[in-house]
Amino acid sequence: MMNLESIPIQAFLIISSSLFCIGIWGLLNSRNAVRVLMSIELMLNAVNINLMAFSSYVDNNLIQGQVFTIFVITVAAAEAAVGLAILLSLYRNRVTVDMESFNLLKW
Amino acid sequence: MSIAITTQIICFTVLSSVVIIGALGVVLLESIVYSAFLLGGVFMSVAGLYLLLNASFVAAAQVLVYVGAVNVLIIFAIMLVNKKEDLKPVNAIKSRRIISTSICLTLLSLLIRVDLTQVWNLSNPQDSIGEESTIRIGEHLFSDYLLPFEVASVLLLMAMIGAIVLARRDVMSKDISTGLPVDQELIEKTSEPLLTNKN
Repeated sequence: MMNLESIPIQAFLIISSSLFCIGIWGLLNSRNAVRVLMSIELMLNAVNINLMAFSSYVDNNLIQGQVFTIFVITVAAAEAAVGLAILLSLYRNRVTVDMESFNLLKW
Repeated sequence: MSIAITTQIICFTVLSSVVIIGALGVVLLESIVYSAFLLGGVFMSVAGLYLLLNASFVAAAQVLVYVGAVNVLIIFAIMLVNKKEDLKPVNAIKSRRIISTSICLTLLSLLIRVDLTQVWNLSNPQDSIGEESTIRIGEHLFSDYLLPFEVASVLLLMAMIGAIVLARRDVMSKDISTGLPVDQELIEKTSEPLLTNKN
């Protein structure tokens, strides 16, 4: 085994990249609207891991990345609340959560 | 971080495999309820990764906000809209799936290539403030990030009011046209859905 002093930053970056791509795949391929919201949360978490890794390895004295992560968590909470409220009112009008039937804004 | 490097590597391996396998389960599993609970596991493991990065405050915030609020909200949404429905077949779903999978794999390989080839300008581990990060975050929030901090509170208020307005049911005590008191049972009855026939 390699003689390491700490976990390399690349390991965190690869985890975050994989999580982001899984999130994009879920966003593009889900038919259930709740699963689309979950995929968005996965992508936000991937971005947070990235910010935290850079904050710890590149900027370990000022840790501005951690402050950014706090703000991202705040915005994600607001996004989840509004997204689920939109989903509920859509469900009330259309009685489905199938993404393919939400074509109100289509020409 | 005062833990031995071997312990750190073991923790990192376990947490990252839980993150990746859990995320795959979230997007691939048939049952949406399993997906929601796996999402909670993914959030907890991400909090563990934050602990490995010396960020105890952000890890606690992650557990409180994501597991405690967002995940519970998602489970509530599943309970409110959980109806077995047969999805209508959509044309060209197979080619769409192939195209999106190849796009995701291409993006993943690109990102991993950048991660591995880029030489990062790492700072000296001796400068690390380590466990005092909570104090430093507090200093940031009340000095150079004060304006975003206050704007975030306004954003949360707007999101709360917006969510209430969007999700409420219009409950009236009197019928508008007749003036008679409304039979409260009617509120829970299924109304004629708008626009369902227009596909």
